[in-house]
Amino acid sequence: MAAEEHGEGLAFHPMDQFIVSPLFGDGEVGVFTITNATLWMALSVLAIALLFIVGTRGRAIVPTRIQSIAELAYGFIHKMVEDVAGKEALSFFPYIFTVFLFIVFSNFLGLLPMAFTPTSHIAVTAILAIGVFLTVTIVGFVKNGAGFLGLFWVSSAPLALRPVLALIEVISYFVRPVSHSIRLAGNMMAGHAVIKVFAAFAPLILISGIGVAVTPLSIVAITAMYGLEILVAFIQAYVFTILTCVYLKDALHPSH
Amino acid sequence: MEGSIVQMGAYIGAGLACMGMGGAAVGVGNVAGNFLSGALRNPSAAAGQTATLFIGIAFAEALGIFSFLVALLLMFAV
Amino acid sequence: MEETVLEHGAEQAAEHGAAAAHGAEAASGGMPQLDFATFPNQIFWLVVSLVVLYFILSRVALPRIGSVLAERTGTITNDIAAAETFKQQAAEAEAAYHKALDDARAAAAKVVEESRAEIQKELDVAIAKADAEIAARTAESEARIAEIRESAAEAVSKVAKDTTQEILTAFGVQADAAAVQSAVDQRLNGGAA
Repeated sequence: MAAEEHGEGLAFHPMDQFIVSPLFGDGEVGVFTITNATLWMALSVLAIALLFIVGTRGRAIVPTRIQSIAELAYGFIHKMVEDVAGKEALSFFPYIFTVFLFIVFSNFLGLLPMAFTPTSHIAVTAILAIGVFLTVTIVGFVKNGAGFLGLFWVSSAPLALRPVLALIEVISYFVRPVSHSIRLAGNMMAGHAVIKVFAAFAPLILISGIGVAVTPLSIVAITAMYGLEILVAFIQAYVFTILTCVYLKDALHPSH
Repeated sequence: MEGSIVQMGAYIGAGLACMGMGGAAVGVGNVAGNFLSGALRNPSAAAGQTATLFIGIAFAEALGIFSFLVALLLMFAV
Repeated sequence: MEETVLEHGAEQAAEHGAAAAHGAEAASGGMPQLDFATFPNQIFWLVVSLVVLYFILSRVALPRIGSVLAERTGTITNDIAAAETFKQQAAEAEAAYHKALDDARAAAAKVVEESRAEIQKELDVAIAKADAEIAARTAESEARIAEIRESAAEAVSKVAKDTTQEILTAFGVQADAAAVQSAVDQRLNGGAA
């Protein structure tokens, strides 16, 4: 248990930042309790609303700075959906854009000191990934009927291999939401935990002489990790979105 | 005492699981390096393949994250 | 030594027990991500957030941005078309300007040519007139010179005849005037010839 207090007084609690606790009072976490997770999800929604409603209020032909950020995000995802999943996937654009914005804002707001990162929780990313999985599966069957099963039947492979490949394809299809969600949650959790571990070394200078060397090193390491985390926060949202587009392409064009 | 041995095993296992991250590092480096060498051979085709690059990196990195997850589970959940 | 180890072990065990009790309560010991008690809460609020976000985006933000982008594309296309028209107009204006310039140049050349021809004509007339005058004067002068010469020649022959007559008379030769005259004429003509 890392919650152990060592003799020197260094406190390692890298996972404490992920604890979901009620915002008001001290009771149980019920279904409708307002928790820190609720707060930071609401902040993400609020920030997105500010950017996309207040920022684009002017409807200017020559955009203001905030409006051009909104337009840049719009164009970025719109192009991604069109390039990766095809033109007919554009009807899913609002859904994909919602997911992308929620993830990217949660990731970035979670990088603020003392913040809580909703996307570092398996519960959240699993729901996002299951949502994508169900959407893709339902769309696949509605658009192609039983032809969607052709996704698992690799017609370019030798006949003898096809059942084996079909088994592998089915397994990989059902592993998709698992890897999809754990990738995002794991990345966010890992980065934050590593920063926290380095941060735990920082007060060593107050306790022992070796801190003269360790403390600056840990502060440099925190800074470097923070820079990496800014990159990861965006890349993971990008990857989640582009994988959604790839899966959607499979649903719309199941032929291998 | 028995709990201590289990704990020790868990900690050793967590350390071993972290080796998987080295594999992920090799994989990500491979993906990025090969992309770069391909991009330098044919720079005009590189811009269209950035998405593929990120997908490849994401797949390679996910496995490292999985091993990190196993380490975390051994540290905190077992 | 053994005592301290035991003590430490006991301490740890006590701590472990406390942590386990705490963990059962709020799971702060284990991974908070695996504290299933908080799952319904997170899922509920996540779904609420996503639904709110979806409606904000699909009802307000996306149509607005889409229309702004479409409007901008339209404006840009129109502007490019207008620019194309203006460019064409400019090219036409330039062509017209060049044409006018060429015309003016041609007219000027023509005027120059005409005036040059006129001047030439006048000059020719004047020269011709002058030439004629000069010729007339020359002819006149020549006539007078010829006259003078004639008269001079006549005078010479008269003087010669008279002189010859006188010389002959002086020598006492009675010479026939007519014979003297023809002889002198012959001599003058032969000398001239």
